[in-house]
Amino acid sequence: MADEVVLLDFWPSMFGMRVRIALAEKGIKYEYKDEDLRNKSPLLLEMNPIHKKIPVLIHNGKPVCESLIIVQYIDEVWKDRCPLLPIDPYQRAHSRFWADFVDKKVIEVLMKISTTKGEEKEAGKMEFFEIFKILEGELGDKPYFGGETFGFVDLSLIPYYSWFYAIETIGELNIEAECPKIVAWAKKCLQKETVAKTLPDQKKVYEYVEQMRKKFGNG
Amino acid sequence: MAHEVVLLDFWPSMFGMRVRVALAEKGIKYEYKEEDLRNKSPLLLKMNPIHKKIPVLIHNGKPVSESLIIVQYIDEVWNDKSPLLPSDPHQRAHARFWADFIEQKVYDTAKKIWATKGEEQEAAKKEFIETFKILEGELGEKPFFGGETFGFVDIALITFYSWFYTYETFGNFSIEAECPKIIAWAKRCMQKESVANSLPDQKKIYEFTVWMKKYFGMD
Repeated sequence: MADEVVLLDFWPSMFGMRVRIALAEKGIKYEYKDEDLRNKSPLLLEMNPIHKKIPVLIHNGKPVCESLIIVQYIDEVWKDRCPLLPIDPYQRAHSRFWADFVDKKVIEVLMKISTTKGEEKEAGKMEFFEIFKILEGELGDKPYFGGETFGFVDLSLIPYYSWFYAIETIGELNIEAECPKIVAWAKKCLQKETVAKTLPDQKKVYEYVEQMRKKFGNG
Repeated sequence: MAHEVVLLDFWPSMFGMRVRVALAEKGIKYEYKEEDLRNKSPLLLKMNPIHKKIPVLIHNGKPVSESLIIVQYIDEVWNDKSPLLPSDPHQRAHARFWADFIEQKVYDTAKKIWATKGEEQEAAKKEFIETFKILEGELGEKPFFGGETFGFVDIALITFYSWFYTYETFGNFSIEAECPKIIAWAKRCMQKESVANSLPDQKKIYEFTVWMKKYFGMD
């Protein structure tokens, strides 16, 4: 049966990038639609009426929302190749735990760093490094969080790498100095074509963020 | 293979209750260990060093944390009876979406109802009702969120029912008046032994909350 796959997305979104990487890993052809988040399309509002957010995967007309839910869906439907989650239930739970950790911790601390000043910002920066040091601990000496192969946790985290230049410049911090293992891991991921072709250029992301900050007065 | 299953929990926790319901649904024997959250056990700190929170399921010595991740783990390991998630990938994604909606929307708002006063409390009540009306819409005419049978979304939500008397008393409002379908659904769930045996009495939860507010000087 021919699959019709559409992705409603927004190019700098790390959540959207997760889905793009998953689709690329599985070699799935799809139509990419970039949304203007200040003027959301009727299609987006129809397909995600609850949250009205991207990414939304529309598979044969039926929507799936929330990036990690979409990635698991993709893994379950296109299960004949490139497994993204482990087969063993315990390892699956372990992967879900760490993807959930990324979701719970990273965005919040990024918001803190980019929207606050002075002491609050310094506290945010410290928290950022704590979180990434915990992630370094989990990575250990493995090439990927998934072990020998790129998997669910790698996919959930690597999109943030495209934001590193923006974070370092706005946050006034040096991620490689504090978390060299994370940067080494990220560069290893970037050697994969699926990741390299999906992640936008770090400078482009920075320009976008600066534009937003000027507009919304966070600069 | 003999299964050794231990649950680290705290009796009023709606997150812990989810795991209790799932274990009961599957008929799994386990050892329940009550934690004193003011004095966490070495076992809890060892089994969940990242978040240091309950519930934690310890299966043959290996820990699984985060209630919805634990429920999915239970469903995947004990997959011979009482499926908690649907087998169809789109329906699974749909179930995960609504469990995630409950995670995003219910707890923080509900907490504000008993923990705050004045305008903040009123705003929380309004949001709580809005959220539950959306859930009523999703339930529709189905007996359970899972359809004909009790499932993942029902488990994610029903445990909050044990706190309804607390919300209503502190918030001075009637959830049944605003969301009768939810109450009808909750009572239907409570007819299941696995649910009735896992949820504490609503008055006990209220007494606990009154004590907690005094203890933490939240009055």
